[in-house]
Amino acid sequence: MIFPLLSTITVSHYLAVGAVMFVTGVLCMATKRNALGILMGIELVLNGANINFIAFGSPYLRSESLGLDGQLIALFVIVLAAAEAAVALAIALNFYNNHSTIDVDRADELKG
Amino acid sequence: MMLLAAFPLYDFLFMLFAIMACGFAVGVLFSTNIVRMAFYLVISLGSTAGLFFLAGAEFVGAMQLMIYVGGTMVLLIFGVMLTAQERFISLQASGRDWILGLIAGSALLLLLLNAAFSVPKWTADRPTDTLAVDQSKTATPLGLALAGVRADKLGADEKLQPGMSGYLLPFVIVSIHLLIVLIGAAYMARTKRKQVVTNPEPTGGSAD
Repeated sequence: MIFPLLSTITVSHYLAVGAVMFVTGVLCMATKRNALGILMGIELVLNGANINFIAFGSPYLRSESLGLDGQLIALFVIVLAAAEAAVALAIALNFYNNHSTIDVDRADELKG
Repeated sequence: MMLLAAFPLYDFLFMLFAIMACGFAVGVLFSTNIVRMAFYLVISLGSTAGLFFLAGAEFVGAMQLMIYVGGTMVLLIFGVMLTAQERFISLQASGRDWILGLIAGSALLLLLLNAAFSVPKWTADRPTDTLAVDQSKTATPLGLALAGVRADKLGADEKLQPGMSGYLLPFVIVSIHLLIVLIGAAYMARTKRKQVVTNPEPTGGSAD
């Protein structure tokens, strides 16, 4: 794995960065108990996906790239991530108001 | 000047931003303090914007800085501040969760890295060796594409021309979606006059 890291920067290097951010985001979602930590994990996952879109859409990295479509989809992802963060934060604040805790392990009222 | 031309500026900047983005993402994962996690996330997202600039997507990079680092992170930090009581600053998951998560995560990471470097087209040398930021002018074509006109595909296939290639409808849908989401978020997060605590919790979360 070290050898390709030392060659010229290509799409694969962007994909590797995206993969690392994706996996750290998934692990954040799995291991954090604070609801806002889970939200940060989601942001990391969306950013990892965005890096892939930008890399595949870049005409400077590939001769036959996605073109502008990659950047447009990345823009839509950014907007939807902002909307999702607003709603998730509202839910977290509501949860905090009702239960006076932010620990997601305490959200077990629906548990059978 | 010769020395400057020989220095691989693109590779150096990419490595700098990539290491910052990945390193602070790992910092978000392993930090236990929620305030530090928010700060590390700001740096990681900012470095991602640098990667976008390097890939020639300067408008998306600017939007990343403005919307994510400027907007979403302020929202998150306000959330942290509004809920930051002493016992919620550092909530820890159990060791069993960490071990399971790390095993699954490293397996997924190995798989993704292997896939990223295994396609020969993706590891082929890039066509130009210049800094992409010099020449990228993507803001106008992006704006036109959001208005339904693909200025970059004017000479493309005839079948794609009528209405198929623009992004006007997704743009309108996402605008309405954002409006409704903001109204809903403001409605849900409003302060209530009387706070009813039905089930008072004991202080301090248990670890399992």
